[in-house]
Amino acid sequence: MPEIKVTPLGAGQDVGRSCILVSIAGKNVMLDCGMHMGYNDDRRFPDFSYITQNGRLTDFLDCVIISHFHLDHCGALPYFSEMVGYDGPIYMTHPTKAICPILLEDYRKITVDKKGETNFFTSQMIKDCMKKVVAVHLHQTVQVDEELEIKAYYAGHVLGAAMFQIKVGCESVVYTGDYNMTPDRHLGAAWIDKCRPDLLITESTYATTIRDSKRCRERDFLKKVHETVERGGKVLIPVFALGRAQELCILLETFWERMNLKAPIYFSTGLTEKANHYYKLFITWTNQKIRKTFVQRNMFEFKHIKAFDRAFADNPGPMVVFATPGMLHAGQSLQIFRKWAGNEKNMVIMPGYCVQGTVGHKILSGQRKLEMEGRQILEVKMQVEYMSFSAHADAKGIMQLIRQAEPRNVLLVHGEAKKMEFLKQKIEQEFHVNCYMPANGETTTIFTNPSIPVDISLGLLKRETAIGLLPDAKKPKLMHGTLIMKDNSFRLVSPEQALKELGLAEHQLRFTCRVHIQDPRKEHETVLRVYNHLKGVLKDYSVQHLPDGSITVESILIQATAHSEDQGTKVLLVSWTYQVGILERTYISSSSHWS
Amino acid sequence: MAAHLKKRVYEEFTKVVQQQHEDLSAKKLRLTKPSKSAALHVDLCKATSPADALQYLLQFARKPVEVESVEGVVRILLEHYYKENDASVRLKIASLLGLLSKTAGFSPDCIMDDAINTLQNEKSHQVLAQLLDTLLVIGTKLTENPSVRMRLVEVACKHLTDSSHGVRNKCLQLIGCLGPVEKGVAKEAESQAAKDVQKIIGDHFNDQDPRVRTAAIKAMLQLHERGLKLQQAIYGQACKLLADDYEQVRSAAVQLIWVLSQLYPESIVPIPSSNEEIRLVDDAFGKICHMVSDGSWVVRVQAAKLLGSMQQVSSHFLEQTLDKKLMSDLRRKRTAHERAKELYSSGEFSSGRKWGDDAPKEEVDTGAVNLIESGACGAFVHGLEDEMYGNCVSLLCLDIREALHELLCCTNVSTKEGIHLALVELLKNLTKYPTDRESIWKCLKFLGSRHPTLVLPLVPELLSTHPFFDTPEPDMDDPAYIAVLVLIFNAAKSCPTMPALFSDHTFRHYAYLRDSLSHLVPPLRLPGRKLVSSPVSPSITPHEDPSQQFLHQSLERVYNLQHLDPQGIQELLEFTIRDLQRLGELQSELAGMADFTATYLQCQLLLIKALQEKLWNVAAPLYLKQNALASAAAKQILEETYKMEFMYSGVESRQVVIIHHMRLQAKALQLIVTARTTRGVEPLFGMCEKFLQEVDSFQRCFIAELPQMQGSFVDKLLDLMPRLVTSKPSEVVKILQTTLRQSTFLHLPLPERLHRASANIIEPTGESDNPLRFTSGLVVALDVDATLEHVQDPQGTVKVQVLYPDGQAQLIHPKPADFRNPGPGRHRLITQVYLSHTAWTEPCQIEVRLLLAYNSNRSKAAAKIAKSTWNESLEALPQPETGIEGTIPFSKPVKVYIMPKPARR
Repeated sequence: MPEIKVTPLGAGQDVGRSCILVSIAGKNVMLDCGMHMGYNDDRRFPDFSYITQNGRLTDFLDCVIISHFHLDHCGALPYFSEMVGYDGPIYMTHPTKAICPILLEDYRKITVDKKGETNFFTSQMIKDCMKKVVAVHLHQTVQVDEELEIKAYYAGHVLGAAMFQIKVGCESVVYTGDYNMTPDRHLGAAWIDKCRPDLLITESTYATTIRDSKRCRERDFLKKVHETVERGGKVLIPVFALGRAQELCILLETFWERMNLKAPIYFSTGLTEKANHYYKLFITWTNQKIRKTFVQRNMFEFKHIKAFDRAFADNPGPMVVFATPGMLHAGQSLQIFRKWAGNEKNMVIMPGYCVQGTVGHKILSGQRKLEMEGRQILEVKMQVEYMSFSAHADAKGIMQLIRQAEPRNVLLVHGEAKKMEFLKQKIEQEFHVNCYMPANGETTTIFTNPSIPVDISLGLLKRETAIGLLPDAKKPKLMHGTLIMKDNSFRLVSPEQALKELGLAEHQLRFTCRVHIQDPRKEHETVLRVYNHLKGVLKDYSVQHLPDGSITVESILIQATAHSEDQGTKVLLVSWTYQVGILERTYISSSSHWS
Repeated sequence: MAAHLKKRVYEEFTKVVQQQHEDLSAKKLRLTKPSKSAALHVDLCKATSPADALQYLLQFARKPVEVESVEGVVRILLEHYYKENDASVRLKIASLLGLLSKTAGFSPDCIMDDAINTLQNEKSHQVLAQLLDTLLVIGTKLTENPSVRMRLVEVACKHLTDSSHGVRNKCLQLIGCLGPVEKGVAKEAESQAAKDVQKIIGDHFNDQDPRVRTAAIKAMLQLHERGLKLQQAIYGQACKLLADDYEQVRSAAVQLIWVLSQLYPESIVPIPSSNEEIRLVDDAFGKICHMVSDGSWVVRVQAAKLLGSMQQVSSHFLEQTLDKKLMSDLRRKRTAHERAKELYSSGEFSSGRKWGDDAPKEEVDTGAVNLIESGACGAFVHGLEDEMYGNCVSLLCLDIREALHELLCCTNVSTKEGIHLALVELLKNLTKYPTDRESIWKCLKFLGSRHPTLVLPLVPELLSTHPFFDTPEPDMDDPAYIAVLVLIFNAAKSCPTMPALFSDHTFRHYAYLRDSLSHLVPPLRLPGRKLVSSPVSPSITPHEDPSQQFLHQSLERVYNLQHLDPQGIQELLEFTIRDLQRLGELQSELAGMADFTATYLQCQLLLIKALQEKLWNVAAPLYLKQNALASAAAKQILEETYKMEFMYSGVESRQVVIIHHMRLQAKALQLIVTARTTRGVEPLFGMCEKFLQEVDSFQRCFIAELPQMQGSFVDKLLDLMPRLVTSKPSEVVKILQTTLRQSTFLHLPLPERLHRASANIIEPTGESDNPLRFTSGLVVALDVDATLEHVQDPQGTVKVQVLYPDGQAQLIHPKPADFRNPGPGRHRLITQVYLSHTAWTEPCQIEVRLLLAYNSNRSKAAAKIAKSTWNESLEALPQPETGIEGTIPFSKPVKVYIMPKPARR
């Protein structure tokens, strides 16, 4: 039986380091190639030795697909392609291809230049790696090779995020990457057609959350920011350079404009300007409203939001600062956090998910005393708020996607084991499909039931459809024919044709049955009675009384003879070919009833 | 192309029918009848190839066919149909049959049998579909004949098994349109097939082709519309269709479910996978809610639309639509609902509002069915979060705010805190939406004048004055400060003690505002200042109103002095016009009336002046220069008459006739001037004829009013009409000239209410010194915000004009949705104008203004003409002047500074 095998190298019952191996109909595909933010050792990258101990990865993988530019989905790419060694094609969408190298370069800088690590990939490696990338458009079917084809769908989440359908023959897998089912301030909602894949691999970050209305969340967020600013406090919003940052900027920008607020909003520089540039460039990937209004005003040209300088952090008075990175694990956001943490007037708003082990995760779990580098203890007096702004689908969104795509199996990745367990149950209850949640390194095998195309001659088809009832929609229809499997091809031909081709003689198989009935009358009278009865019972069939005293019902032959010993007993000889089934049963039952 | 041709065919046919009604000359018909069908026959026989035959048929389709000859033509077509081997020709013939049976007055029952017979042997699916379409046409023409309908339905049922979706589609359409609706007929029907139309259509809900499924649902809806009560049994089938792969099927299914839910709201349906039951309407509501999060926007829109019109849904289901989190499944009655609510409040799902609360708790209810699927929950939340929504909300808010301001204008407040609160909130509104300025000021004006005593104690606080210290002078241009002043000054009008509390700069500001915003700031009795004009107390009725009296008196004066010397008349007119214009400025209530009459007098004055010209006494060729003045006068009078007719609301037919009369005079003047200055008679012929036609149509239009026009130009002209018609142009001109001079001056009766349409552009303000920069060749959007008063049908008439410095003018038609109607007689236009130009070297100003477009065909007079022609006409009438279209500028132009930059290469 054909099967699809899925092995997560990362993101199996975990968030971060997304990397999933799929083998489908003999093709091996790697989905995403991310890094883990919680680790600084070897565990940060997927264990590629799982694929092969020695030898080029290229020989074992047909292609690599990157769903979007977040580092936990593409962070290990240069390491994988340049240091481990892979020369095959890497597929991603145009915006991802444009933005990905910037983030990788930034990541490299922080790791190598700031932390001083060696044996890390270089700028040149990033460039070389990007040369192997093939950019795809939405809904464009790309033939990787003769059999394997992939197709991207819009996923919302961040600019250029895509879901991918991987298809070999009639078997298919959909990998969602990260996606969002509710449109936000700058991106639209994920959408997929009813493609009925054999397997849907979906993220499940918010497996147990059904979020408030987006508007509620926005209102809460603005209220909190506004109150703090009115009080004269400073607001720190740690974000990743791309994605939520742009959404929140648009949100604050419009709010400032509407309320005529004067407090400055800063955005930590560097990546941002480049990033905004790309948002302006790929305006077709944003949502309808921005696309419609960009002629008058490009929403990504902010009026109130200015570039941040390190010195501004010490300025008196209220301000709002967006700083990277989003989980407070390093960089500017952490520096500012340290400066402001002591004042209870200030506030930090975490707009997204925080991986375990990061400062963000710690303060959100209510820790008020943090141990920093060098044994320093930092007391957190500022207010800590959490606002789920990350653009992942919530439980309802995941269900919605499953309903849209109608997969035969679902596999959960990119989430926490406990929460996955819960969602898994819900999915199984709801859709009656199998749901899997393999851990890293664990292989899930899914058996598929592929439909196999068979050639049929038109004559046979017409002949067969003419018999019996009319073709009924969507219902399978039984046909009579011979399947010839020859030279890797399947053909359905008529039995005569098959016999001819194979040079065989036709044999007829007939069943006979003798029924004894007590009837004192003459033979021909008995026959006549049987004939009349059959005519009455089998209205739709042709019942004939032949001159030689036998009755035929279609191909069934009935003859009556007197019993050699007992003249009162007549023996009915019934003979039918193996093809006649139902009719025979009717006959038998009716005749027995009659007798 | 094919569609285009088809359209033309239709056009031709409709035209024919009308003509037949008009001229029923029997002779003509008898002549055409045989030739028509015979010619077609000959043509078709001649045709050597299918393409040829198709060409003939196409040509034939362009020509009209009379009712009498339809049947003959049909016979010939059918004859050829049987002979024809080519499917495309047969298809065309089939479509022609349908078109022909549409001919008004033709009863197609005679060709029905033939049409049905053609179906028997037809092999081509396309032709079959077309033939069924023809049968549908025939059937719809013979709806009152049940046996015909039954027969057609039977035929359709027979073809339902066809393998082509097109044929099945048409069959279903036919059954939907013609299937028996009355119960009795169905029973009588002998045929088995036609007995239960609903079942037949229902069977095709599962057709393999989505188009046929859609057609089946549509046919079902069609039956419902025709009055058949659909069976409840369909509900289950319809629910299954909601999960169809194709959006058009789902969309139609949503409609069907809606219909059923309204037919059987109280029926009880079981909940699958449990033994509980629920009201049908609630179940349907849940299902439609569910479709709000469908993958296709077509379905989402349909579902959202229908949700709004669902009635009798239980309230707790309705409430759920507002909450996205409450994940009850809606499939159960109260108990289930409450259980689900508990489930939620027990925290099985987290709201994502708190960090860490999304850790899964132990499962509370393992038996809960389908928790997430099919919930009404959050349907509206989903809808609101949908992309399409964003823009509408902001527009909606604007309307709501304006309505609230209106409400506040006529509210009585009982405490000073109330006033204070209102003011504070309005100022908040002002800072948030600066465009609401005008509306807020107006609101405060009324608030102030209604509550002078309540405002009084607030004055020191509002003006932030201090008993001992001088406070800084507020910024005069701050809209919020102006708002406060408007409130205070209006209160001070009836509270003489208030000005004592003002500081010096307040008085200065008063003087400034009184001038700049006189409609908002009333005249005040201030110490050491004289009142400019005494306020008119509103209790005086219009008739006693001295200014009204003045208006009437001055008009009387003008009308009475008929026989003064021309010089005297001119002077008197000039004075009166000046008086009236001034009156209009002073008395806003009378402005429309005064302007209207002033315009009329102005026309008269121009006419008199033009007739005084020396031009008339001298040989024509010498005075080309003077003629310019006279023709300019004629032109201006024409323009003014259009203004009078179209710019004022409340103009009655009494006035219209006078206006048209004036216009006629202007045209006469034009004719005379042209006659004087052009050589040769040829062009005059046409002009004279045209003028006489106009006189004629004037007479027909205003026949009822003619008796009141004794001694007028037209009166005299009509007397001379017999002579005019036979005279040469030069004589006509002479007669006209004398008549024009001798005719008396008609009184212009004034209507009760008359308002002049006006517009005021609020934005752009025209004050900006910063040019609007944009790259040449691209467009820049300019926001235009204007208030319109007394404009009827602004959607059709108001245009925006943009004048570029190079003289290029651009006319923009705003979208109908850009007009809002905040109150009776008032409109607000908020729109965007796209500007573009080639590159300039330096910024320059463009002018933006509003125009009122008119079309004389739309006028009341034209309507009358149309009516009269309809009634009388057997003789051919000259077409009433084909509508003269034009525009009247009715707002002050606003200058906008723009700068198209050259594109960077």
